[in-house]
Amino acid sequence: MPGDKEINQVKEKKENWEKNCYKKLVRTNPERKKKFVNLSNVEIKNLYTPDDIADTDYIDDIGFPGEYPFLRGVHHTMYRGRLWTMRQFSGFGSAEETNKRYKYLLDHGETGLSVAFDYPTLYGYDTDQPMARGEFGKCGVAVSSLKDMEILFSNIPVDKVTTSMTINGPAAVIWAMYIANAENRGVSRRVIGGTIQNDILKEYIAQKSFIFPPEPSMRLIVDTFEYGYKSVPKWNTISISGYHIREAGSTAVQELAFTLGDGLEYVRWAKKRGLKIDDFAPRLSFFFNAHNDFFEEIAKYRAARRIWARELKRFGAKNPRSLLMRFHTQTAGCSLTAQQPEINIARVTMQGLAAVLGGTQSLHTNSMDEALALPSEKAVRIALRTQQIIAEESGVTDTIDPLGGSYYIEWLTDKMEEETYKYFDKVDKLGGVIPAIEKGFFQREIAEAAYRYQKEIDTNERAIVGVNKYKMDEPVEIPLLKMDEKGEERQIKRLKKLRKERDNAKTQRNLSRLKNAAEGNEYMMPCILDCVRSYATLGETCDVLREVFGEYKEPAIY
Amino acid sequence: MEKKIRVLIAKPGLDGHDRGAKIVARALRDAGMEVIYTGLHQTAEMIVETAVQEDVDVIGLSLLSGAHMTLFKNVTKLLKEKGMGDVLVVGGGIIPEEDVPALKKAGVAGCFGPGTPCEDIVDFIKKKVKK
Repeated sequence: MPGDKEINQVKEKKENWEKNCYKKLVRTNPERKKKFVNLSNVEIKNLYTPDDIADTDYIDDIGFPGEYPFLRGVHHTMYRGRLWTMRQFSGFGSAEETNKRYKYLLDHGETGLSVAFDYPTLYGYDTDQPMARGEFGKCGVAVSSLKDMEILFSNIPVDKVTTSMTINGPAAVIWAMYIANAENRGVSRRVIGGTIQNDILKEYIAQKSFIFPPEPSMRLIVDTFEYGYKSVPKWNTISISGYHIREAGSTAVQELAFTLGDGLEYVRWAKKRGLKIDDFAPRLSFFFNAHNDFFEEIAKYRAARRIWARELKRFGAKNPRSLLMRFHTQTAGCSLTAQQPEINIARVTMQGLAAVLGGTQSLHTNSMDEALALPSEKAVRIALRTQQIIAEESGVTDTIDPLGGSYYIEWLTDKMEEETYKYFDKVDKLGGVIPAIEKGFFQREIAEAAYRYQKEIDTNERAIVGVNKYKMDEPVEIPLLKMDEKGEERQIKRLKKLRKERDNAKTQRNLSRLKNAAEGNEYMMPCILDCVRSYATLGETCDVLREVFGEYKEPAIY
Repeated sequence: MEKKIRVLIAKPGLDGHDRGAKIVARALRDAGMEVIYTGLHQTAEMIVETAVQEDVDVIGLSLLSGAHMTLFKNVTKLLKEKGMGDVLVVGGGIIPEEDVPALKKAGVAGCFGPGTPCEDIVDFIKKKVKK
């Protein structure tokens, strides 16, 4: 960074420029807005200069890619070596329909899979349980047993392609099904790669697909950490997620702070169990949103890497891999408009670009029609092509962290870090993450930010193209996805047949062994694997755990 | 003094997307209505029971999971059975245009999709519920 003398010169010249030029001009030609603020309500200056990052030490604070504090990226070569994984979150209807979609996406150049489950599956119910009626396959694919998992991945090379699964409450059970399916096909669990979301804290905070209360949920998660590093070493046993916090209406700063805070809470619980940080921490991964404010998003990812590396070091991590904040990104579903849906392609392009300039390890780009329904084949293909254009045509992948050193980006990265630590302090004062959840702290912060954002749109303070500006009165003319209406019936028949044909004595034995393990302090993963291998359904397995652990009920705050 | 319009904002089924429901609840409150929010994971029976207990004029159902054809209709059907057909029912969330006529026929008076200004919902309710 420049020396004091140079900084003073810059400062002086900037003051002159402001006084003699800028302010004079603004008097006659006022700026477009009284105040420029980003989505986190941080005021943005008209110009950034070396003076704004005068305290930054290049070696300590910025450094080199693949080296501490990893601000410029987690890998030494980044996209010059290998592009990010193109991973479209996808799932609807039956396992058969979704399997077809996965093959379609892989045929069009997708490089990783990402499973969206339907609501009954997310809550650990089978399709034929009362709470599940009407919800089959609506928001994702229904997986009620190992049988469905077999169909979902049939003829997909599970030894080569990695799979991310958005599953939380019943994550251990669904993961066990994935492992069992691979092993039945002759693929060792030591070879398979992928991610389970498994992040229950953000479920209480934002996404709300929780099953059990915090304590037993955390116990199950630490079980998966342990099983992962011992037996499934290429698996990311958690994806600590800000995505849903942001979708629920938080600001970028809140997304960053709450997510990293959750991450540190998992580290505390695993350490408390006696796991060694350098065993489990390398398999912790993250998931962030890519919203509309381009530079703010880029600064968010960069700040996240630096904060995580510093905090893990403070926890005593020695293995450099423990310090890496590796992350997946999805463009912001909540930024998509139902009005003039085609223009969402432009939004997604910018958001995807921000994720790449922020150094993401994998990316989902939303389809233009997602404010209306689950994506059609054509819409998802365009979304995938958008990533391919960023990767192969734009040139942004030719050098590492191309925005590093920008006065604005570095200043904003520092600012987001500073704001994050303020939230860490607030949460500490409330007694930690779980007490803060129980007090509704995060939920209220998010609801307030969401309402503020909506009011800004309703009063035209914030422009949303096609919604409150450049409106058109024309009917939406894009074909939406239609699902097979017979799917639910077929699935229920399949479940009935499965329950009749399996070795029920064995299934029941395994379920009662799981019950015993859950009632004691036992490590549950081996029992869960035995249950799913003997075709206990998801609902049956989760019902056993529900009986022992109880269910979480959240306070209804608005 | 004019009596306040009483609204129940409800989340039927398993859907956890509660951003819209909470925003609408706040907007209706700020527009001078009494708002009760059920929280998540409500069955039709729970929603109608709360509506009876709280003596509401309006029920706002919010759903983004795509299960509205089953879950909204369950609520309107039960309301009619309980002789509460005069309660105004409105819906919000991801509801394709082509589903709206069938929902109207089933008793959902208005559907408000993404991008709706809160004011439109306030006006709609105020026009339909004259106190």
